[in-house]
Amino acid sequence: MLFTIQVNNKKIKAEKGETILSALNRNGIKIPTLCRMKDFSPTGACRMCVVEVEGRDRLVTACSQPVEEWMKIKTHSPRVITARKTIVELLLSNHPDDCLYCDKKLNCELQRLAEELNIRERRIKARKIKPRLDQSSPAIVRELSKCILCGRCVRVCEEVVTANSLDFIRKGSLTHVGPAMDRDFNFSSCIHCGQCVMMCPTGALHEKHNIAEVQDFLNNTEIVKVIQYSPLVASGIAEELGIRFNRDFDRILNSMLRRIGFDKVFLTGTGTDICIYELAEQLGRNIEKGDVKPLYISACPAWVKFAEQFIPGILTNLSTIKSPQQITGVLIKTLIADQAGIKPEKIFSVSATPCMAMKFEARRDGMMRKGISDVDSVMTVRELARLIRLYGIDVSNIEPEPADEPMAGRSSAASLAEVSGGMAEAVIRTTHFLKYGIEPDKQLMKRLRTGGSFREITVMFEGKEVSVAVIDSLTGLAKLKALVDAGKHYDLIEVMTCPGGCINGAGLPFSFSGSDRKNRVKMIYQADEVDAVNLPCKSPLLNNLYNKFINENKEIADKKIFHTHFEKRNVLL
Amino acid sequence: MNTEIDSILKKYKPGRRDELIPLMQEIQDVNGHLSEEAIVKIGNYIGLSTTKIYGLATFYDQFRFIPAGKIRVTVCNGTSCFLNGSKAVINAIRELTGLQPGQTARDGIFSYEIVTCMGGCNNGPVISINDEYYPYVKPEQIPELLNKLKFIIEND
Amino acid sequence: MEDLKKFLINEVLLFESDTLPADTEKRLQEIRRERTSKPVIFISSGTAGLIAGAGKTFQAAQAFIGDNEPGAEIVKVGCSGPANFEPFVCIQLPGKNKLFFRNITEDKVDTLLNGVFHNDINKDDLVGQQGGRGFELWPGIQFMDEISFFARQRRVVLNNCGCYDPESVEEYIARGGYKSYVKTIRHYTYEEVCNIIEQSGLRGRSGGGYPTGLKWKQALNTGSSSRFLICNAKESDPGAFTDRLMLESDPHRLIEGIAIAAYAIGASTAIIFFRRGSEHAYKRLKRAIESARDYGLIGHNIMSSGFNLDIIIRKEPGAFVCGEETALVSTLEGRRGMPQLKPPYPTTSGLYGKPTVINNVETLMNVPLIMQNGPEWFNSLGTEKSPGTKVFAVAGKGRMSGVVEVEMGTTVREILDDIADGIKEGKELKAVQLGGASGSFITGDSLDIPVDYDAMKEKGIGMGAGGFIIIDETTCMVDLVRHLMEFMHTESCGKCIPCREGTGRMLEILESVIRKPVSEDSGTTLERFKGVMQLETIASVMRDTSLCGLGQTAPNPFLSALKNFRDEFEEHIFDRKCRANICRGLRTFTIDVDKCTGCTACASKCPVNAIYGTRLQPFFIVEDKCIGCGICYDICKFSAIKVK
Ligand SMILES: Cc1cc2nc3c(=O)[nH]c(=O)nc-3n(C[C@H](O)[C@H](O)[C@H](O)COP(=O)(O)O)c2cc1C
Ligand code: SF4
Ligand code: SF4
Ligand code: SF4
Ligand code: FES
Ligand code: FES
Repeated sequence: MLFTIQVNNKKIKAEKGETILSALNRNGIKIPTLCRMKDFSPTGACRMCVVEVEGRDRLVTACSQPVEEWMKIKTHSPRVITARKTIVELLLSNHPDDCLYCDKKLNCELQRLAEELNIRERRIKARKIKPRLDQSSPAIVRELSKCILCGRCVRVCEEVVTANSLDFIRKGSLTHVGPAMDRDFNFSSCIHCGQCVMMCPTGALHEKHNIAEVQDFLNNTEIVKVIQYSPLVASGIAEELGIRFNRDFDRILNSMLRRIGFDKVFLTGTGTDICIYELAEQLGRNIEKGDVKPLYISACPAWVKFAEQFIPGILTNLSTIKSPQQITGVLIKTLIADQAGIKPEKIFSVSATPCMAMKFEARRDGMMRKGISDVDSVMTVRELARLIRLYGIDVSNIEPEPADEPMAGRSSAASLAEVSGGMAEAVIRTTHFLKYGIEPDKQLMKRLRTGGSFREITVMFEGKEVSVAVIDSLTGLAKLKALVDAGKHYDLIEVMTCPGGCINGAGLPFSFSGSDRKNRVKMIYQADEVDAVNLPCKSPLLNNLYNKFINENKEIADKKIFHTHFEKRNVLL
Repeated sequence: MNTEIDSILKKYKPGRRDELIPLMQEIQDVNGHLSEEAIVKIGNYIGLSTTKIYGLATFYDQFRFIPAGKIRVTVCNGTSCFLNGSKAVINAIRELTGLQPGQTARDGIFSYEIVTCMGGCNNGPVISINDEYYPYVKPEQIPELLNKLKFIIEND
Repeated sequence: MEDLKKFLINEVLLFESDTLPADTEKRLQEIRRERTSKPVIFISSGTAGLIAGAGKTFQAAQAFIGDNEPGAEIVKVGCSGPANFEPFVCIQLPGKNKLFFRNITEDKVDTLLNGVFHNDINKDDLVGQQGGRGFELWPGIQFMDEISFFARQRRVVLNNCGCYDPESVEEYIARGGYKSYVKTIRHYTYEEVCNIIEQSGLRGRSGGGYPTGLKWKQALNTGSSSRFLICNAKESDPGAFTDRLMLESDPHRLIEGIAIAAYAIGASTAIIFFRRGSEHAYKRLKRAIESARDYGLIGHNIMSSGFNLDIIIRKEPGAFVCGEETALVSTLEGRRGMPQLKPPYPTTSGLYGKPTVINNVETLMNVPLIMQNGPEWFNSLGTEKSPGTKVFAVAGKGRMSGVVEVEMGTTVREILDDIADGIKEGKELKAVQLGGASGSFITGDSLDIPVDYDAMKEKGIGMGAGGFIIIDETTCMVDLVRHLMEFMHTESCGKCIPCREGTGRMLEILESVIRKPVSEDSGTTLERFKGVMQLETIASVMRDTSLCGLGQTAPNPFLSALKNFRDEFEEHIFDRKCRANICRGLRTFTIDVDKCTGCTACASKCPVNAIYGTRLQPFFIVEDKCIGCGICYDICKFSAIKVK
């Protein structure tokens, strides 16, 4: 039902049941918010969104108050502006004056609000908050003095990630967010997905930087510097550098990376192809054997840690095949090292990814051979963009170059795997193709792409039903558990922690908006339609890699290097 | 202690968050504090993460994570007691024990807490030591009073 | 025992008329101890009494009786209010009026009892006599209701307090209790009860004055299948102890009120959210609930009416803010007690998302009286828009203190002058603070304001839940405001920015006003002045935008102190003086050369080494270094240190 309300002496239409904020936004009136999160219920914590409603003693919060027919609203009266401004000034009064060095500078919502509300001097003076820095986690840094207690991180971690690793601790001005027993992050149940970092309006939560480390090695002439990057990185870099992304940008990125000083540039996508291929073979064997054990895909490192902590019961069914990053990494330290005739310890191998948890993954126990890590340093897209800027590379004057052989290409399925459902789709398609030489029904496959946090399909293999489930963000696990408990069997289960898959990974630029991401997904799906090499098994490059290199190399021909192990993890849950 | 926690847990229905606070209160009443072990156990029993249990417990003044002292001093700092000089009493206790409110001394003898109004406003400042009330306390009395109690405890 | 229970249930509670037969009445009089052949000693045993030593008095009385008067009975009764009289003892000799004695500590017990039993009454400790029809007067002794402390009061809600053994359900029933409850659940519909309460005009006693009948109806009309009643006995306002007194002195009336309210909204579970740290009241309440259950007044199909009710006590885990209703609900649900957005209000979606009515103890204490005496009776008390009475906890610097009950419309000055009997030690009054830590100060002409929700609201004064603090000239208002702000700051839940940060900033600025400059830039007069100007903006934004009542009202003490005591603030800011000589940070200390013996005691104790001198020569204090802690002043044996 539509009715009229009056805003700033003008009539606008509002819908029964919506909040003041949504009515205003639809009518082009902007109201600052801080604690509000799209698609979450309002908490009313920040009070930034206050407006004046005639007849009310106090200002009301637009993000939560339902519109009513008689309402007369003022959104920018002096009273409202003073209130908003004072609230921000109160936050700034004891905030560390660290903006120039802060990780979130230019992306900080607090800074933006201060600018929008025209705050030009520190009128309210206060004692600064005692700094407390937690750098213990391999992926995430907590700077408590920058936290404004909006609660967004607590809510994603609880409601989307379901890890429940963060909560408010203590009360009043002593409140801070932290993990169990107020320990440091590395002891906690945090799975390093970084969703909280994406939510944090300030620099209180950010990724742990590896730029300095990478720079050090770049300056070291005795070391061979190698970088791999995953399919989404190029579009992220384009966004960060403010250029339009096109399919050719991968090749531009290659030459930029070489200019920075990387001796070799590889595509993580090749590793993804291997990962898909190995999984497809495994699934094919399972189907043949009539194995009733489900195969859980382990490509999402955050999910792997989640499983190790919360549902160790499934670990025996968790695929031991490494993630694309680690497969590429281990090939660099074995195959590429051999080829070039250098010792693996003389290689410094960097990975750029949209995922925060891969920083943690690279340090896992089972991710090294003979004391040499598969991957030495992991950077988010944001960090890589910084590195590019640091080296003053001008994008406009750059010639596209290919990546280095033999990991210079990938199938379109490899980028599909960065979208939720894509990995499972690629695996089942490959299995089907390997068996019958054709792909399964396209429309059926598309049902894995959208439709809530739990999706499933059944594919027929010689009259045998093969069920595939896709868990899109960990909230879907509850549904899976319920169905499995009720006796349902799945042959292949893909789980991704970030909602929508790596496309919403916490390593992508903060400015990468929802619609940009949707466009990117569309491009990935379109590419998959037209690309001739739409599956790893159709890729001549991969065949070449397997036949010429891997199978020929005694050390790795058994493919043991592609496998790792998982075990129950004891942390404070 | 292990079995104590378990036997208290059994009195409550598993998975019920609404009875979480009474459960924690009972464990604290018996053990004197909530140990990490207790928090983990409660979490498992109720089906909540330790983070949430700890976050909840730290919100409330009642819960402590280190054992209380043998001599538990509670000082009233309600408005009436404040008007009658509770600040000086608090300072005297702080000076003598070197503790902040809510802390327990390392030797486990003293712990002290500040509350608002114990209901004896006319007799303020009021303090209570191990649940026994002392009305009209003067800061000068504090050293003698506490040292006497300490002596008794140490020679017990 | 069973026989007595049957009698009380069948011939009193289930007796269909309000006038009972003469022999029933007679038996009730015995239960009420109005007819006894043995002396009875009543010892007031509320928390205030216990703090003053009533426990020891009881033991001493027991020992005395064991030795001398084995026939006598000792009863621990609730507390009737006057805190100054504790331990407060009442003695009733057979057929004679009760005599009340004040401050009967254990050492006085023997003399007192010896005297009374031999008709030799010690007039020093005597307060007065009180009796009823058919009792013999004590000549020449004033009546209790002639004493000004009681004379001004209108005791309706408190009329049972201090008169019976709160642990005895029998005595409560004998005093007319539970009868209106039984009648209600057997003969009235939910709507009828809500209507009666609505007609009575009863308003929530926790401060807001929200019409109770209306609140109940909102919950009743929600078409939900289950509802909850919560009695908010959190009472955490500093200096307030009215709810606790009622709980420990008349728990059965509260239970009766809860039961009627639960019935009226169709709730079958009632929860008492109980203040932490009042073990004494907790035990009594628990026992009272058990005995009510034993009498079939709580439970399944109560008194064959088809009404089921369970009453649960939940101990509050210690956070001021969880007295706020939505925070209270969060606490009961096992979450951090942080206030939630309203709407939805608890009456539509409260505990576990079900409609929930939350009422204050005093509000519910009024309910049985209204059901018993009718809404017209209640309406005739007090003022037009605020009928009934109000209970206050008078504390601070008054000559008398304790819990008192006055008719609405009584002025603050009347309570101050007549009931509290003015200020202790003949000092000057500064202000009266109503409404706990966030109440405003009432001074001068404003003292003539009547106790009435609307009249007070108009003047910007909150009535509060019952705190009535008397402040005299020995108090520094700036220091007091700082203290209250500190309380609010520690108790803010931390959820919303204006309250969490605003209380912190206000506290810091107030501290800078009463402290010696710590560093140059925050310590200048200009900065202090600017700070206080900032305070006014912060205060108004906090009022305007905070999520819950705590943040909205936290600036009240400051704003009203600034209005009424601006000169005191200015003195602190500009002249760096504290007229009450409380703010240690502002005092200057000097050493009197003539008195100083050069003993070095002060110099060795000075925390900032501001005292210099040569042994056995007069010492001196470097003013710039001195932080005004006053340690030297306290330590000097020769009174050589002077304060300015
Ligand atoms: C910060 C804060 C603390 C409160 N504390 C109490 C309290 O201790 N006791 C109480 O009865 N009401 C308290 N209230 C009021 C309750 O929210 C609620 O309005 C009240 O229990 C309703 O009772 P009534 O309708 O009977 O007045 C508090 C409110 C706020 C904002
Ligand atoms: S990284 Fe993920 S799991 Fe860790 S605290 Fe943040 S949201 Fe929770
Ligand atoms: S860490 Fe960031 S997201 Fe979390 S509460 Fe603080 S400011 Fe908000
Ligand atoms: S006003 Fe204060 S107590 Fe109330 S919600 Fe806000 S921070 Fe919490
Ligand atoms: S955005 Fe509305 S209160 Fe925070
Ligand atoms: S203020 Fe201390 S007992 Fe009430």
